[in-house]
Amino acid sequence: MSQPPSKPTVYRPLSPHLQVWKFHITMFTSILHRATGLALVVGAVLVAAWLLAIGLTASGCCPQAYTSFLTFAASPFGLFIWFGLSLAGFIHLTGGIRHLIWDLGLGFQLKSANALSWWGLLIGIALTIVFWVVLFATGKVVL
Amino acid sequence: MVELTLPKHSQIKAGKRYKAPSGAKNVRVYKIYRFDPETGENPRWDKYEVDSKAHGPMLLDSLIYIKNNIDSTLSFRRSCREGICGSCAMNIGGRNTLACTKGHDEYNGEITIAPLPHMPVVKDLVPDLSGFYAQYASIEPYLQSTTPDPQKERLQSPANRDKLDGLYECILCACCSTSCPSYWWNQDKYLGPAALLQAYRWVADSRDDHTKQRLESLEDPFKLYRCHTIMNCAQVCPKGLNPAKAIAELKKMMPSKG
Repeated sequence: MSQPPSKPTVYRPLSPHLQVWKFHITMFTSILHRATGLALVVGAVLVAAWLLAIGLTASGCCPQAYTSFLTFAASPFGLFIWFGLSLAGFIHLTGGIRHLIWDLGLGFQLKSANALSWWGLLIGIALTIVFWVVLFATGKVVL
Repeated sequence: MVELTLPKHSQIKAGKRYKAPSGAKNVRVYKIYRFDPETGENPRWDKYEVDSKAHGPMLLDSLIYIKNNIDSTLSFRRSCREGICGSCAMNIGGRNTLACTKGHDEYNGEITIAPLPHMPVVKDLVPDLSGFYAQYASIEPYLQSTTPDPQKERLQSPANRDKLDGLYECILCACCSTSCPSYWWNQDKYLGPAALLQAYRWVADSRDDHTKQRLESLEDPFKLYRCHTIMNCAQVCPKGLNPAKAIAELKKMMPSKG
């Protein structure tokens, strides 16, 4: 058999991919795992800002830094960001556990894989809700 | 590289609509990807209105009906019409499958038919699969033994033979590999589910002695490890196989390969 030509002599368009694809739950949660991971990197920057504010106040250079950070953090917008970060954190946590199960070679039957994805998503959302109910109930956060 | 949109010359324009004769009943609309290499124009979506009672139950029957009766320029691959050759693999209703084993009554409304995703298109529903076949060749899909050839066949216990179930049935239709976003973005370096399932098929074979070499050849950041368990491969396999599971088994064997 002759070798196919290394370069096509005519233009070959790329067939549609995301444009036509109908998502399964496993693909959705896979993308969500990436997205929440990226969100947590942003969250790490916020935690670094919090530590920086403590440092600036403690060193005596800017005594108001920590108070300003707390004012922002407790504002409705700040709380919205913390809520989003906690949601990303819990969904990333359950996603990570799902990937650990898969890395053991378990849960690959389609029914199990779909169930792992759905439950990971739902448990992540449920944990976030419980987390915030506890925060409000114990008075750690007030609106 | 991740590119979420299609290149300029691959973007799909609206095309023609082929109306059913007036008074036709049971009309199904097929929205089909068309590309003609001879015009140099962008691909387009053509729509065909077809009386679904006029042909057989499978989507391949619909395509053959369109080619025979409505538009003879429509190109697609097909051969066995019973799900064993893998020629008519394409994206139907947003998911890869074999047109010959999928009934048109399994879909609601307009049915979208496109070539296998993220591949160079030769014409209409015919993708260029040379890269896919080269990857299959690269995993050396044949028995490699260090023992001398026996007088008759190489024997295998029933238990060892059972280890090949779920692997040997692969027909290399490319539904799985072209369903995989990792393969879409990195098909120059990542082997993809089909080639990896085949790699595991030979690793799992008790008669093959090249397990160590086979695993070593997969040791690089892309060939095997670009699998992120998205599971599209297993979701779409028309033979009900599980390439994701085979890849997980390969990953598990890598640290202890010696």
